[in-house]
Amino acid sequence: MTEKQGNRPGLIRAVPVRHPGRWVAAAVIVVLAAMLVNNIVTNTAYNWAEQWKYFLSPPVLNGVRNTIWLTLVAMVGGVLFGIVLALMRLSPNPLMRGASWLYLWVFRGTPLYTQLLIWGNIGALFPKLGLGIPFGPEFVTAQTNALYSAAMAAALGLVLNEAAYMAEIIRAGILSVDPGQNEASQALGMTRMQTMRRVVLPQAMRVIVPPTGNEAISMLKNTSLVAAVPYLELTFTAQTIYASTYQVIPMLVMVCIWYLILSSLMMVGQYYLERHYARGSQQSRMGLRARMSRIGGAP
Amino acid sequence: MDEVTGEVMGEVMVKAEQVWKSFGQLEVLKGIDLEVRNGEVVCVIGPSGSGKSTFLRCLNHLEKINAGRLWVNGQLMGYRQRGDKLHELREKEVAAQRRDIGMVFQRFNLFPHMTALENVVEAPIRVKRQAKASAMERGRELLTRVGLGDRCDSYPSQLSGGQQQRVAIARALAMEPKLMLFDEPTSALDPELVGEVLGVMRELALDGMTMVVVTHEMGFAREVADRVVFMDGGVVVEEGPPSQVIGDPKHERTRAFLSRVLRPED
Repeated sequence: MTEKQGNRPGLIRAVPVRHPGRWVAAAVIVVLAAMLVNNIVTNTAYNWAEQWKYFLSPPVLNGVRNTIWLTLVAMVGGVLFGIVLALMRLSPNPLMRGASWLYLWVFRGTPLYTQLLIWGNIGALFPKLGLGIPFGPEFVTAQTNALYSAAMAAALGLVLNEAAYMAEIIRAGILSVDPGQNEASQALGMTRMQTMRRVVLPQAMRVIVPPTGNEAISMLKNTSLVAAVPYLELTFTAQTIYASTYQVIPMLVMVCIWYLILSSLMMVGQYYLERHYARGSQQSRMGLRARMSRIGGAP
Repeated sequence: MDEVTGEVMGEVMVKAEQVWKSFGQLEVLKGIDLEVRNGEVVCVIGPSGSGKSTFLRCLNHLEKINAGRLWVNGQLMGYRQRGDKLHELREKEVAAQRRDIGMVFQRFNLFPHMTALENVVEAPIRVKRQAKASAMERGRELLTRVGLGDRCDSYPSQLSGGQQQRVAIARALAMEPKLMLFDEPTSALDPELVGEVLGVMRELALDGMTMVVVTHEMGFAREVADRVVFMDGGVVVEEGPPSQVIGDPKHERTRAFLSRVLRPED
C-alpha cells in the first residue's frame, strides 16, 4: 500500500470544457426576468392595492373555502369510487368488467365542463326522484330541485368524473404488485379482502400516490369549471367581483396567487404521503432534496 | 370438517390419489400417487418442467387439480364430497384449510412494506386473531430460532437473500403449521448463502416437522430426507429412501438426471 502511494501520479489539472451556449441562455433568462420584474413593478394595471383589498375579503375567503371543500370531496369520493371501479375491472365476472369499462368510456370520453352543465340541469331530465321497486311502485318521491343543491351538483359531477381517471391509476397500481405477494398471503390463510387491504393496496400505493397527487392538483384547478353549475368557488367569485369593479386582471392575478398557495400546500402533503408509502423500499433512504425534486414533476 | 377416510389417515399427512393437472392444452401432472406420513421429510427432485412445483402448489390449493383426490391432514383439499358429487369450498373454507400448511417460496415473497417481525406476526394477528403482544413475543422467538433475533426491525430490502428466506420460514412457522412445503427454497440464493437456509430446514426436520421439499440440493436430500421422490414428465418415476433413489437408482431416467446434477461433493 505505502509503495503504491509513493508512486502515486500527480492530480489531473485539465482545462475544463467551455460551455458558451450556457452563458447565452443564462443572459437571455436574466433579461426576460428583468423585463418581467420591471413590468410587475411599473405596470399600474396590476393594481396590487386592489388585489390586497380583496385578498382576505369575506367573499374571496368563502370562494377559497368552497374550492378546498370541493377538491377534498371530489378527490376522496373519486378515490373511493375509483377503487370500486378498479376492482370491478379486475374482477373475474365479465359483467362487472363490462360495466366498469362502459362507465370509463362515457366519463372519460366526454368533457368535464359538459358533464358539469348536465349535473347542474339534471332537474330537467329527472324532475322527480323516488324510492321504490324498479319498474314497480314508488314509495317516496320528491322534487329533484328541492333535494339537490348547486354544491351537490358540483361535487357529484367532479366525483363521478374523477373516479373514472382514478380507476385506471388504481388498477395500474394493483397490477404493479408482484403476484407472488398474493400467493404468499393466500398460503398464510388470508382471505382475498385481507390480502387486498393489508398486502396489495399498501404496495400499490407507491405507484398510485404520485399520479394521484397530479390528479389532486388538477382537481384544485378543475373546480373552477363548476362555474358551469353554477357554484361560487374561487374563480367564479372573482368573476362576480370584477363584474362590478371592472378590475379584471387584478382579480385574476389574485386568484392565481391563491391557487399557487393551495397547490404548494398539497405538494408538501404529497411529499409526506409518498414517504409514508415508501416504507421498506430503497427510495425511502434517499435524501429529502432528491425526493422534492421528483415531486416537482417532470424535469 | 370433512370426514377422515379410514383410520389410516391419522398416520398420513398427505395423500394424493391420481392427481392430474393441466394448464390449457399442456398436461403437467399425469396421475400422481403419493403419501407423506406424519413427521416424514420427503424431497421431490426432478428436471425443470417435471411438474414438481405444480404438485407442491396443488397441495395447498394454490392450483386447482383437474382429476383425482388430494387430502392434507385428513381434509379433502378445496372440495367437499357429498355422495359422489364434489362441491367447491368457499374462499373462507379454503383459507381455513391453508392455515395448517406453511409454504416457503423460491423468491421468498416477503411483504416488502413490513419489517421482518411484522411479516412474521401479520397472519397470526389477522388470521388467527392472536393478541398483538403475545404474537410479537412469539414472533421474536421464531426470528431468534432462525438466527435473526437482532434483525426484527429490518425491512426485507435491508436483508440478504439467505436472511430473507429465513424470515419467510419463520413467517410460515408462526401459523404453527402441521405441514411445511418448500418450493426450491435455495434456488434464488447466492451459493454462499444456501447453507444457512438448509441449516434452518435441517433443524426443523430434526424437530419432527412434516416437510415436502422440492429441491435441487442433492446433498440435503441425501442427508435429511426420509424419502426421495423422483418426478419426470408429470409422473412419479421412482421413490424410496435417499440411499436407494440417489445412491442406486433403478430407473434409467433417474440415472440420467442424477448424472447431470450430482456434483462430486454430493
